[in-house]
Amino acid sequence: MSALLPQPLLASIEGAFEFIFTPQYSNVTGGKKVGGIDQVIELTINQLEVTVYALAIALVVALPIGLYLGHRHRFEALAIAFGTAGRGIPELALIAFMAAAIGVGLLNVAIALAVLGIPPILTNAFVGIHQVDRSAVDAARGMGMTESEILRKVEIPLAIPTLMSGIRGATIAIVATATIAPLAGYLTLGDFIINENVYGENGVLAGAILVALLALALELVLAGVQRLLTSPGLKPRTE
Amino acid sequence: MIDPLRIAAVGEVGCVFFKQRTTETLPCQALDENFFCWDWAKSHIDEYMPRTLQHVELVVISVVVGFVIAFALALLAHRRNWLRPPFLLGTGVLYTIPSIAFFFLLLPLTGRGRDTAIIALSAYTLQIIYRNTIIGLDNVPSATKEAARGMGMTDRQILWKVELPLATPEIIAGVQIATVSTVALATLATFAGGGGLGEPIFREFGIGFKTNIIIAGGLAVLLAIASGLLLLWLQRLITPWRRAAAT
Repeated sequence: MSALLPQPLLASIEGAFEFIFTPQYSNVTGGKKVGGIDQVIELTINQLEVTVYALAIALVVALPIGLYLGHRHRFEALAIAFGTAGRGIPELALIAFMAAAIGVGLLNVAIALAVLGIPPILTNAFVGIHQVDRSAVDAARGMGMTESEILRKVEIPLAIPTLMSGIRGATIAIVATATIAPLAGYLTLGDFIINENVYGENGVLAGAILVALLALALELVLAGVQRLLTSPGLKPRTE
Repeated sequence: MIDPLRIAAVGEVGCVFFKQRTTETLPCQALDENFFCWDWAKSHIDEYMPRTLQHVELVVISVVVGFVIAFALALLAHRRNWLRPPFLLGTGVLYTIPSIAFFFLLLPLTGRGRDTAIIALSAYTLQIIYRNTIIGLDNVPSATKEAARGMGMTDRQILWKVELPLATPEIIAGVQIATVSTVALATLATFAGGGGLGEPIFREFGIGFKTNIIIAGGLAVLLAIASGLLLLWLQRLITPWRRAAAT
């Protein structure tokens, strides 16, 4: 393995891991050490915190609308175009604009990030509910279920795979963009990446590794949640 | 109150600036509270054009590279089913790694610059295009394939003359989503030294200057909308039979 990788690369990776576990001297902080496991944990928690807030805001806004429109089978073209259009929101401009227009800090960053999470959640909630087999819904109605029972007991369980893939997409977009939150005055792991003059090359690579691992870990957790939520009758067909 | 960067943007740095200006006569762009400065926008809009072109270039190259790879992977997986789980996992991991982290993971290998940005951006598009191509091919009705085989077509002919044309709407939908996403993500290429519309936001005119953010962000949004509509139009153009069926 080590024969395949060029020496400088190995040295950078080693440097990055050193930065993660032990504080290092920095050129600009006047003797104050940077990095180390304590700061890594603090910034990881910050990044998770803003991600959870943003996701919560996005869910509260997008889920009811998506579920309602899907249940009513209305505005199909609009709901789908909204999802595609949402992907066109330029992340850097969004964070910079929200910071300049509303202000900096946890809640403002969470609101800015929630903007990225709303389209995928709304569109997937709509598509998931909309494509539920009509005969299943008719059968439920024939059994005397109310509209809200149909939504809760029939449509949502059948739509879980699509719904969850929207939530996963939103989470990935949010946690990825939370990396540039330091530009809006809220410190996350991205600080290691953005402030190279403070943390040095080792810090930058360490930040990149940590952000990538954090995103992959979140994706794994949500894939697990999806498995738990998927009704047993649907499991053989899901991936 | 008055940010030195803003004064630099005014273009009148130095003691003369402070002697001749009072708060009332300061140009719009020197004050934080102004939302959008038309005069500044008018005189500086030209400076955004090279960055916009660079942005388009980044997106086009990334999506073309991503498409070629993803399409090849999808054709392989279409023939050999056992390749599907590893391809899905591999493209999924590349999709999940945030682009900005990807840029810096690549730095020790490829250095700073446009190539690094293109590698990360095209890696991001792989899963979207791969999945849509596979879904499109899987959705071709088996009766249609049987009919083609009955007419004496070989596997290769069935793929290129029957399956791929019928899968075209899904494939282009994948390219559309990938392109729109890449237009947005390419604003981050500036962190990798890749240029594009992130450059004026992050470096050139200052991240706290709203007029600048609105212009650069607005251009990125316009590019995203334009590319989305262009691909929608392309999809209609090359699948005329769908229009005939719809009317």
